[in-house]
Amino acid sequence: MNGIHDMGGMQDMGPIEYEKGEPVFSAPWESRVFAMFLAAGAWHKWNLDAFRHTREVLPPADYLQVSYYEQWLSGLRDLLVRRGLVTAAEIESCTPAPGTAKATPPLTPEKIPAAILTRIHANRDIHVPPRFQVGQRVRGRNINPMGHTRLPRYARGKFGTINRDHGVFVFPDTNAHFLGENPQHVYSVCFATRELWGAQAAEKDCVYVDMWDDYLEPA
Amino acid sequence: MTITRRNFLTAATATAGAAMTPEMSHGHPHGHEHQAVPSDPTLRVKALESLLVEKGLVDRAALDALVDTYEHKIGPRNGARVVSRAWVEPAFKARLLADANDAMADFEYVSRQGDRMVVVENTATLHNLIVCTLCSCYPWPVLGLPPVWYKSAPYRSRAVIDPRGVLREFGLELPANVEVRVWDSTAELRYLVLPERPAGTEQMGEEELAALVTRDSMVGVAKVAVASSGGQG
Repeated sequence: MNGIHDMGGMQDMGPIEYEKGEPVFSAPWESRVFAMFLAAGAWHKWNLDAFRHTREVLPPADYLQVSYYEQWLSGLRDLLVRRGLVTAAEIESCTPAPGTAKATPPLTPEKIPAAILTRIHANRDIHVPPRFQVGQRVRGRNINPMGHTRLPRYARGKFGTINRDHGVFVFPDTNAHFLGENPQHVYSVCFATRELWGAQAAEKDCVYVDMWDDYLEPA
Repeated sequence: MTITRRNFLTAATATAGAAMTPEMSHGHPHGHEHQAVPSDPTLRVKALESLLVEKGLVDRAALDALVDTYEHKIGPRNGARVVSRAWVEPAFKARLLADANDAMADFEYVSRQGDRMVVVENTATLHNLIVCTLCSCYPWPVLGLPPVWYKSAPYRSRAVIDPRGVLREFGLELPANVEVRVWDSTAELRYLVLPERPAGTEQMGEEELAALVTRDSMVGVAKVAVASSGGQG
C-alpha cells in the first residue's frame, strides 16, 4: 500500500528532534502497551507483519500526529478483536463478557528470557531455490499492492546489484493478511544513490535494501 | 479473499477510534463519540490491562518483568560489549562480520535462533548508517528499544535520500572520499554498525573500551570519541 508510512525519500519533514538522555519509555503507559503487546503475542494469534500493517492503515494524518505507542495501542486493540482474543464489546466495557472462562496466560515471567531470544523468528530453515545470485543485476519490480508490502516505493523500477543472500524468510505481503507464509529468499540489494535520486546524490554512496524474491526481476 | 483499503481502514479505525483523541475519533462508528475522552492514554491503557489480566490473556507479573527487562537489562551496553570485543580480538571481529548471530551467541540476549543480525564495519573510507524507512526496525538484542528520533518521520524520510545531510545534523561532517552506505531495514535482518576504534585507545582493555561506545555510534549517526561519556548518547 502506497501509504504515509513508506516515507523513504520524502523531504521537508522537519529537523530531527534529538533528546539527550531520553528514557526508554516516556511515560509508564507506554511501557504497559509495549509489554501487553509482547505478552498477548505469545498466543500466536498474529505475526509482526500483521501488526505493522495495523499501523500502516491508520488515517495518514493520524499516523503522523499520534505518538509511537499510541499507534501500538490502536494496533493491539485491532488485533485482539480481529483475532478473537477479546470482543469489541469487552473493549468497550473494559469487562470480560459474562460467563467466559478465564484463560491461562501463555507468557509467564520465567519464560521471558527464552521468549525474547526467538521473538521475531521469520527465517525458515527450508530449501527454496533462490531466483537470483550474488553479483547479479536486478530491478525492483514496479508493483503497487493494496495490502501490506515491504517493498519501498523508492526502490521500484530501480536497478541494483545483489549484495548478499540472507536465506529464506516468510513473505510479509501474504503473512500480514494471514494468507500463508510463502517463504522465499531475501537479498540485500545495493542501489547507487544516483540511481535512486539522480545527479544530486553523492557519487559513491549506496542504499542497501533487503528484498524478497517476489520484489525483484532480472535486469 | 479480496483485500481492499476500505476493509483495512474500517477494521483499524473501528478499534483505533477509542484509542484516539476526541477530534480523531470523530465520524468513527464508536459509541462514545461525543463524550470527552481524556487525551492522556493512561486510563485507557489501565483499562485494557485490567481486561486482559481478568480474562487470563496476560500475566501481570510477566508485564512487569518485560518492562524491567527492556528498561534495565537490554540496551546499548550489550552492543558496546560486542564492539569492544571486536576491537581487541581480530578473530572475533572476523566471525562477527561473517556471521553475527554465531559470533554473538556467547552474549546474553542474542542467540542463533533469534533476530537475524548483520554487523557492518566503519573504516576511514567507509561509513554505515542504519534506518528503517517503513517502520521502526532496530536491533533490540544489542541496542534495546529505539529512541524517538530513530522512529520519527524526519529521520526515516531523509536518511536514504540525504544521508550526509542527516549526519551533518548529528554533527558529523564526512569528507567526499568517504563512501556512505545506508542500510534500510526492510526485512527481518537487524543491523549494527561496528564503529571505528578511536586513536589513542591502544592501551585500553575491553571494558574500558566498551564504556566509550555509544548507542549513536552503533546506529551510525556518530563516531566514537575518546572523551565520550558513553551511556545513551
